[in-house]
Amino acid sequence: MLATKDLLGLQTMSVADLERVLETAVAMKEILARPLRKVPTLRGRTVCTLFYEASTRTRTSFETAARVLSADVTSISAQSSSIIKGESFKDTLLTLQATGVDAFIIRHHMAGAPHYAASLVSAGVVNGGDGMHEHPTQGLLDLFTIQERLGRLEGVKVAIVGDSLHSRVARSNVWGLTKLGAHVTLCGPPTMMPPAVQSLGECGRVRVTSNLCDALDGADIVYVLRIQLERQQAALFPSVREYAGLFGLNSDALKRAKPDALVMHPGPMNRGVEISAELADSDRAVILDQVQNGVAVRMAVLYLLLGGHEH
Amino acid sequence: MMLDARDIQRALARIAHEIIERNRGVTDLCMVGVLTRGYPLAKRLVDAIRKVEGKELPLGSLDIAMYRDDLFTTQPVVRKSDLRFDMTGKRVVLVDDVLFTGRTVRAALDALMDFGRPAAIQLAVLIDRGHRELPIRPDYVGKNVPTAREDDVVVKLEELDGVDSVVIAKGRR
Repeated sequence: MLATKDLLGLQTMSVADLERVLETAVAMKEILARPLRKVPTLRGRTVCTLFYEASTRTRTSFETAARVLSADVTSISAQSSSIIKGESFKDTLLTLQATGVDAFIIRHHMAGAPHYAASLVSAGVVNGGDGMHEHPTQGLLDLFTIQERLGRLEGVKVAIVGDSLHSRVARSNVWGLTKLGAHVTLCGPPTMMPPAVQSLGECGRVRVTSNLCDALDGADIVYVLRIQLERQQAALFPSVREYAGLFGLNSDALKRAKPDALVMHPGPMNRGVEISAELADSDRAVILDQVQNGVAVRMAVLYLLLGGHEH
Repeated sequence: MMLDARDIQRALARIAHEIIERNRGVTDLCMVGVLTRGYPLAKRLVDAIRKVEGKELPLGSLDIAMYRDDLFTTQPVVRKSDLRFDMTGKRVVLVDDVLFTGRTVRAALDALMDFGRPAAIQLAVLIDRGHRELPIRPDYVGKNVPTAREDDVVVKLEELDGVDSVVIAKGRR
């Protein structure tokens, strides 16, 4: 059971709750390795994914997690619902709740939309990504992957490379990692650093640099962010080619990091831009582990939010 | 104190012999302990059987939190099950510390069935304290202990608690 009815962000999540999710996910991962991937735990509960933005892995991952736990799943996307007839966010939520939804997974292009939703409905709300704010379950699955591979988070050095400005993944990771004792270096062009970047994370655990070599020096984990090519009208860097040359990660650049450093990426990848194809396919990359762990972590979140108390 | 370390040891030694006798050996037999205190007991039974038969039975641990019927009133901590052998066609001895209402065993049976299709499942418990709510009975019992429903039977095991003992804490009516 978590301290809150909702999971809105890692900035506001307690260390105890973070650890509870990570521990529970270990047991959930065992269920995924069974020949029969199904437990009856959330029978009779309904989970609704409400997505106002495109998604492949987050949505599939949540729906798989819910199904493995025997919850029923309703899946709404903005393009194929009454939202296109002009139904408001509030009315959509209240309508869905009236059909009997116990938890909403919400992705929205506006930061704070899941928080607003959480104040409207008595059902649990999980933030599946809100604008440029947070993507807490991505952060949790990244924490889980690092802990599983390295056996710890305390003292681990993580370099996050790329567009931190637009990245909700980066924000959730910075909060989650620093709360559990990791050190984070954010690296990217100065135009891609959020304003007041120093105020992110637990104080003293976040460093900022625009030099890739400097960021990679001694890193245990190199976390490559996706360059959001759809946002390139803003001209945050002169050309994709120049970005790839200065901030693109390949096995040559990775030599700066620890000899056994691991490479992570939240997907979807732009091969040849932020990460070389050769590195993405190498055994240093744990990108598919991240996807697999995502299901286990989201099972843990659903179990902890939906069990333990009557709605 | 209801049982001390020697009593527990004797009870387990007898159960080990009963298991061998009833199954006419240990062919196709495996042992599964319910987490947390059934597992160390299952491990001790495996050790005891090895001493008699010279064979090491496959041993697994089973967490039943995800199969409970009271999930929405209490929320148990979920632990990782570890069942790395195929139980299909095997005889499984399910081991737990205390048999009370039978609801834990019901959950454990459901959980086991999800891992495979055993030829048979037998139930071994250290303490049977009565008050069954489901039609479940044990095949091997360490000790039958009459209790009141409100009592609490506290089993401590060396592996987890540093001491072997069974104590009945009298409950208030």
